[in-house]
Amino acid sequence: MSDAATALAPVFAPWNDPAAEPIIQFKNVTKRYGDFTAIDNQTIDIYPQEFFALLGPSGCGKTTMMRMLGGFETVTEGTITIDGQDMSAVPPNKRAVNMMFQSYALFPHLSVAENIAFGLKRDKMPKDQVEARVEEMLSLVQLNKFAARKPHQISGGQRQRVALARSLAKAPKLLLLDEPLGALDKKLRQDTQFELMDIQEQTGTTFVIVTHDQEEAMTVASRIAVMDHGKIIQVDTPAKIYEEPGSVYVADFIGDVNLIEGNVTKSGDDHATISWASGQQDLIGIAHDEIPTGTRATLAVRPEKVNISTERPEGMTNVIHGKVHDIAYLGNMSTYVIETPSGQLIKAQAANTRRIARRAITWEQEVWLSFTDTAGVVLTS
Amino acid sequence: MKRFALISIPYFWLLALFLVPFLIVLKISLSDTELSIPPYTPQLDLAQGWAGVKEWWAALDMENFVWLTEDDLYWKAYLSSLKIAITSTILTLIVGYPIAYGMTRAPDEWRPTLMMLVILPFWTSFLIRVYSWKSILSNEGLLNQLLMNLGLISDPLVILNTNTAVYIGIVYTYLPFMVLPIYSALERLDESLLEAAEDLGCSRITAFWLVTMPLSKQGIIAGSFLVFIPAMGEYVIPALLGGSQTLMIGKVLFEEFFANRDWPVASAVAVVLLLILIIPIVLFQKNEEKQREAGK
Repeated sequence: MSDAATALAPVFAPWNDPAAEPIIQFKNVTKRYGDFTAIDNQTIDIYPQEFFALLGPSGCGKTTMMRMLGGFETVTEGTITIDGQDMSAVPPNKRAVNMMFQSYALFPHLSVAENIAFGLKRDKMPKDQVEARVEEMLSLVQLNKFAARKPHQISGGQRQRVALARSLAKAPKLLLLDEPLGALDKKLRQDTQFELMDIQEQTGTTFVIVTHDQEEAMTVASRIAVMDHGKIIQVDTPAKIYEEPGSVYVADFIGDVNLIEGNVTKSGDDHATISWASGQQDLIGIAHDEIPTGTRATLAVRPEKVNISTERPEGMTNVIHGKVHDIAYLGNMSTYVIETPSGQLIKAQAANTRRIARRAITWEQEVWLSFTDTAGVVLTS
Repeated sequence: MKRFALISIPYFWLLALFLVPFLIVLKISLSDTELSIPPYTPQLDLAQGWAGVKEWWAALDMENFVWLTEDDLYWKAYLSSLKIAITSTILTLIVGYPIAYGMTRAPDEWRPTLMMLVILPFWTSFLIRVYSWKSILSNEGLLNQLLMNLGLISDPLVILNTNTAVYIGIVYTYLPFMVLPIYSALERLDESLLEAAEDLGCSRITAFWLVTMPLSKQGIIAGSFLVFIPAMGEYVIPALLGGSQTLMIGKVLFEEFFANRDWPVASAVAVVLLLILIIPIVLFQKNEEKQREAGK
């Protein structure tokens, strides 16, 4: 990002600002359970007011990372600091961190209002202030009418909001959200994602969210850490993660992608060329680092960046020839699966701007796929 | 019709095995004692027809109940039983709660074994188990020998034939009835609730008082009634382990029936005992209902 662009529209990107102070620092953190290494020597900074997502398949260590922040797991090696303070000897009840549990963990014997007041009362806050704060929290999540209900008397979506209100009531520096929307149905989940973002902006709290749902992470997060086997593979903004994944794992984990393997024939000037099949022309993609010629590499390109045409396109850098293997009609768009002469399947997406009857492309038809030299990235790992 | 047949089975069961015997006892309690078989009068003589029924009805009176209020033995025995039952319920709770709590905290693979250990004593006859406490608690018993050999005491402790022995016997015998309902309440407790409480600023101890305790309340109530109700009318334990000064209504009942052969007074004692126990039994049922609703 250039300095000029930053000056024009102030973008929230403290991770690019060397003067910014991180609120959370993991320094060479390792967590072992017996022989099993859950977190393997990870270092990462999270900045104030970030909405930071830990994303990965189950068992990748994302929940362990979060539980270490909350104080529910000890760190085997390394240190975690919050606001510069080493957290290793601080129990959960002494941390300015609150957590929203995956199961919500609402106290079933207490009413909605009492649940929200629970943490405030522990701080010996005067009664009238507790009441005012509870009222404020209820308004924030729009549950004023349900204050006297018990958790089992409200719906799943309402319970989720009570859990959020309860964890925000103490105005923590840091809020941890463990798969917060996992128990909601899809429609409600989407609405709630936006609500979460609004609330995060309103309160200015730093949010760290754990999720296995890449769409959710993309929607809400300012930055995403993609994890696998106890390691953070890549930390970046959702756009960077999607457009310029650093590895095949990340490219494949986030969204739909074509992975074309080949040998590097030329590299330099932010681009690399790979030769991938006889009879097909070489393909060019982004590669910020120079890759030695002859290296085995993978070109990752998103289906929506691939054009499909019935005639050989002129002036395009990357062109692949093949025939239509399958068409998936999705309403607003169609996904075409093209089989190359060497048998590889490549996907292309096109918006259905015309009615289906007038569509030109059909099964078994010879077609050409094309994309620009910045559409894909060449990855060596 | 089929449904009616189904629900009539438990009702018939209750009628035949509870209500009818109770009415018989009630009737005896209104009769007078007499040296005959059965040892009370009046007997209903249906051969005399309607006049017989009338005569029978006229002979019934509340005399025995009045007697219960006149002789202080009875109300003292009721009060003493109440005191012993309440005290031993509290003692059982104090011993049983940590056991149940420990069981839920134990690793999963240990739980069936621990559960087995709690239930195991039921495999031996209740009478033998209580009797064996005699040989543990007597002056020359195992406990005193152990303590004297260890040099902790020089003279044997007198435990057997005191109220202390009765408490030990009741706590020992009814412990599983306390442990099991509390265990089932604690086992349902979601671990993340305690983490949430800690997260919101509780120490482990406050989290226990504010979350674990209230959420195991139903188990505590159920367990307490399961101990209190039978302990109130307990006969075997005070008879075997208690001394002459241990006054319990169960013992009085037994003596009226078998030593005095005064069936009417004994029946009156039993009827009053049941009336006293109806209150906790009803409360117990209410608690069970609440628990079932909460479980939904």
